[in-house]
Amino acid sequence: MLNITPNIIVKASQLRKVYGKEKTVAVDDVSFEVNRGEVFGLIGPDGAGKTSIFRMLTTLLLPDGGSAMVDGNDIVIDYKKIRSNVGYMPGKFSLYQDLSIEENINFFATVFGTTLEENYEIIKEIYVQIEPFKKRRAGKLSGGMKQKLALCCALIHKPKILFLDEPTTGVDPVSRKEFWDMLKRLKDQDITIVVSTPYMDEANLCDRIALIQKGKILSIDTPNAIVAAYPDALMEIKADNLYYLLRDLNAYEYTLSCFTFGEFLHLALKQNNVNSKLELNTYLTSKGHQNIIINPVTPTVEDCFIKLLHD
Amino acid sequence: MRTLKFLLQKEFRQIFRDKTIIAIILVMPTIQLLILPLAANYEIKNINLSITDHDRSAYSSQLISKITASGYFKLTGYNDSFKESLENIESEKADLTLEIPANFERNLIREEEQKVFLAVNAINGVKANLGGAYLSTIIRNYNQDLRMELIPQTKINPLPVIQTTNSNWYNTLLNYNLFMVPGILAILVTMIAGFLSALNIVKEKEMGTIEQINVTPIKKIHFILGKLIPFWIMGIIVFSIGLTLSRVIYGIVPLGSIPLLYGFIAIYLLAVLGFGLLISTYCDTQQQAMFIAFFFVMIFVLMGGLFTSIDSMPEWAKTVSRFNPMRYLIEVMRMVILKGSNFKDIRFHFLIIAIFAVVLNAWALWNYRKTS
Repeated sequence: MLNITPNIIVKASQLRKVYGKEKTVAVDDVSFEVNRGEVFGLIGPDGAGKTSIFRMLTTLLLPDGGSAMVDGNDIVIDYKKIRSNVGYMPGKFSLYQDLSIEENINFFATVFGTTLEENYEIIKEIYVQIEPFKKRRAGKLSGGMKQKLALCCALIHKPKILFLDEPTTGVDPVSRKEFWDMLKRLKDQDITIVVSTPYMDEANLCDRIALIQKGKILSIDTPNAIVAAYPDALMEIKADNLYYLLRDLNAYEYTLSCFTFGEFLHLALKQNNVNSKLELNTYLTSKGHQNIIINPVTPTVEDCFIKLLHD
Repeated sequence: MRTLKFLLQKEFRQIFRDKTIIAIILVMPTIQLLILPLAANYEIKNINLSITDHDRSAYSSQLISKITASGYFKLTGYNDSFKESLENIESEKADLTLEIPANFERNLIREEEQKVFLAVNAINGVKANLGGAYLSTIIRNYNQDLRMELIPQTKINPLPVIQTTNSNWYNTLLNYNLFMVPGILAILVTMIAGFLSALNIVKEKEMGTIEQINVTPIKKIHFILGKLIPFWIMGIIVFSIGLTLSRVIYGIVPLGSIPLLYGFIAIYLLAVLGFGLLISTYCDTQQQAMFIAFFFVMIFVLMGGLFTSIDSMPEWAKTVSRFNPMRYLIEVMRMVILKGSNFKDIRFHFLIIAIFAVVLNAWALWNYRKTS
């Protein structure tokens, strides 16, 4: 049995999932803990195994190895108890398209043995935004409204933990921001949130994050700690021709890694001293680059992720 | 129980919202029962006949008028040479050709025997078979008439003759509607219940809604009952519509007990729904489910004794048809509606269908798992 301290609501130990005849390892002995009341982010690219982890924790998928506890219940033995205590919002919109907003919410409320009125307080803030359209069928809603409806349905039974699988994928930047604001307010209602996302910029909005790649967790910590642990000096560089700039920087003898980051290139150097910037400038000028801008920059989660991938 | 109530509420709401499904449920039986029994008729009329008459005598024209008067044949060619008649067959103007030899009348009287030649286009097997048979019967009758005319009437037959007379029981007039309508109704009920239930469950998988259901405390049995009960009711409704229509349109009044029919249909629907459920557990998309269901329904229909009699099938096919639930429904429908059979007569059908229902549902339940 796993030891659960009261503060830990999700504990995964050596979770493993293997698919198909080719024995593709989707989740490779993943262990992590989620504290009660925090927003925990699984950050990683598509195919990293995020959805498989979510499906195992929400009892939709049996693990091939390891174990996990959700709110003190084993995901295999006590799956029934887990189902009444968690809310799950899959990455793909999966409510009844031919039922209206109201009917969907009422259906999921009754399934959990509750009513919209009873738990209205929890979803109120989200629900009021879609309430004017409550007679409209879910299939005819816009992407943002569908997402709000899905969140309402996942929350209607007042779950202790909310699992959100890539909730912001395919959502416009404004709605994304709105969505994270909603999550913050849910956190204030003592709902633990486990969220996955491929967007590195959303990592900073989580209390703690796990960087995941190819079924393995690379690092778990608060976003700040992960960024603080970044060991190398990082510079952002820009010149007239970014393509040749990238090529020349990759050929530079002190380059550790270099990749595009918006309109700049992010460059990590093997060694850093006072003269680094000057030496780099001389090197680039000798390669014929013009309008060179070089600034030291504080690393982001994305830089850390790329750093971890390279190690 | 409460959960089941809400699941049913949701199912019915979705079914009634889908106008196409409602149309299918109401219109399909009506149209099929209106059209199919009229079209799926074994009785063949309008057989095109081309005659080569080398004799052109009173007897030959008597025979020809007898043939055309039967109503089954349409004289499309009257030629002098067999070659021309054969051309008629080749150009598909005729299905059959009858050659009457020269001196037909003379030889018939003098030698008391004459041969006619019958050639049949066998591309359409049924038409060829029946056409040939009809024509032979007409010629035989004509022959008998001739004998009556030519042989002087005696009190005692010179030779012992066995005369056969027949009477058709249960379907006195050999009315094909009486035979086909109950069978077609059986297909309809099977298709609606089997297809719709399979597609409906697979749809939940395809849309991903089953994921959302699976993370709720809904029990597996409730979810399945929530799916099966609506289509069970739907099947009963379709059956009632069909029974009413066959009474109104074709005047078919079941001789046996109607509650007995409903009792059988109730159990039969359980078997078909179990079958639909089973298909859905093996499929991930509606397309797959559709094709698999279609594959089996084709076999059920063709090996169910509706169009071809099971008794005339080869031994292996008879064995296969024993695993065809539709076969039992078609038999029961005909037995109860036409013959007025009672429960005792169809008790084995009840037993077999009940076994089907138990096995199919148990298999489906075993294969349907909430966690994979």
